[in-house]
Amino acid sequence: MKAETPVEGRILPLPNSATKPFWDAAASGELVLQWCPACQQAQFQPGPLCRTCGDEPEWMKASGRGSVYTYTVVHQSRTPPFDKLVPYIVAIVQLDEGPRMMTNVIGCAVADVHVGMRVQVAFAETVDGIALPFWQPEAGEPA
Amino acid sequence: MGDRTPTIVGIGLSDYPKTPHLDALAHHGLAIRRALDDSGVQKADIDGLLCFGSYGIDDAPSMAEVLGITYNFLDGTFAGGTVFEYYVQHAAAAIEHGDCETVLITYGSDFLSKQGRILGTQLYSSGSRQGGPLQFEMPYGSPLVSGYALAARRHMHEYGTTSAQLARVAVDMRANAAMNPLAMYRDPLTVEDVLASRMISDPLHMLDCCIITDGGGAVLMTTAERAKDLRQAPIYVRGAATAQTHWNISTMPDFTVTAAARSGPRAFAQAGISAADVDMLMLYDSFTITVLLLLEDLGFCAKGEGGAFLDATRLTFDGDLPTNTDGGGLSSCHPGMRGIFLLIESVRQLRGQAGAVQVPDAEIAVACGSGGQLSCMGTVVLGKERA
Ligand SMILES: [Zn+2]
Repeated sequence: MKAETPVEGRILPLPNSATKPFWDAAASGELVLQWCPACQQAQFQPGPLCRTCGDEPEWMKASGRGSVYTYTVVHQSRTPPFDKLVPYIVAIVQLDEGPRMMTNVIGCAVADVHVGMRVQVAFAETVDGIALPFWQPEAGEPA
Repeated sequence: MGDRTPTIVGIGLSDYPKTPHLDALAHHGLAIRRALDDSGVQKADIDGLLCFGSYGIDDAPSMAEVLGITYNFLDGTFAGGTVFEYYVQHAAAAIEHGDCETVLITYGSDFLSKQGRILGTQLYSSGSRQGGPLQFEMPYGSPLVSGYALAARRHMHEYGTTSAQLARVAVDMRANAAMNPLAMYRDPLTVEDVLASRMISDPLHMLDCCIITDGGGAVLMTTAERAKDLRQAPIYVRGAATAQTHWNISTMPDFTVTAAARSGPRAFAQAGISAADVDMLMLYDSFTITVLLLLEDLGFCAKGEGGAFLDATRLTFDGDLPTNTDGGGLSSCHPGMRGIFLLIESVRQLRGQAGAVQVPDAEIAVACGSGGQLSCMGTVVLGKERA
């Protein structure tokens, strides 16, 4: 799904050996997580080893569904382009697979976001083949 | 051999809150000279140095050179604004072990004069691309204050904590600052004032956020044996423990529990105390929510009861639980890293040198810092008597 949100001027990721598969998948519109077969659990952010047991993690496709764990509406932000985007929502989304990630909740009035809100992932293309995951209200979620 | 109990023997504050004529190095220098003068320690006796600063300017090896310190122990650990509590832990171990005899912990900052009031609302990235763990945060525009707002919102969701309860922290810190002629802001505040101040990152208002100042501080530590020959009453390090839950806010395991839930009990156990024994507290008040979380995590109230505790407990110098008697980072002094001021004010109180805000018969003080975004926690228990 394509995210409708301004991305120009945002600071973009500089992938490393652990995170490159995540960003490669994002560029093709897929959300992936590291998965440890020994621990039977997913982890985010990606790292060089499983943070529980130390084994080498594999990769899995994520459902792209989750819920808002916590959020804030940012009213003052000095760094461009965010100074022009206020007020906007910064949230921590808990994926249905367990791990959490930071995002902007988009496609949602700042007054409507709430803890527990169901959200789904959407990607916004930027430059140099980098796509950023954003999260928006799940189809069918009452506003 | 003698008694090697780690002991704070000297403290020095630089000038604050706004000192355009001083750069960071001058703040270091002023604070160090005042600490030497306070203690009677000879500079040549300093054989340990602990400081964190900008690479090439006031990092530990640069400062050893600039200050002319021939050390047997050096530490430039980074853990955000609480790193000075980490330094006490490290210095105490080094002194007890016999690695060194007399250590200097130093800090200087010209943040307000050189950079202005940008710390909380600016993104800190070196360019248009962000490597490391922050590559998963920087694209979303979450400034420092927002990390704390995320924690405050989660606490409100789980426990029903209100903005008015958080505001009590800011009100009490301002009441303490009113007694401190050097404090940046001294006019009384009400809960209504805090709630009416502009929203920075919901649910945190401007007056929920610490201020930015200039300033510096220095602490001298040695053995109890050497302390006998020095000027001031010895203040003993009874416990010092550190812990970390995360560095970048998006990976905080539980947004309502900080690592002080681990560092606090360990430091208290070393000191042989419980929360009920604490006469005065110095809590890193980067934001009002920080104080609430630290009160819970250190065991002054149960998890989730911080809001009700703040309704019922005054944190003023003459209140139920005297906290941040210098006025705190919310109203008095916060040059970017506040950890050293927690130690200095604790020592002033335990020596009985706190003047108008003196807590009567203060014997046990606890300094608990928070570094990063509620990430690194350093808890230090200081006492007039040994553990
Ligand atoms: Zn594993």
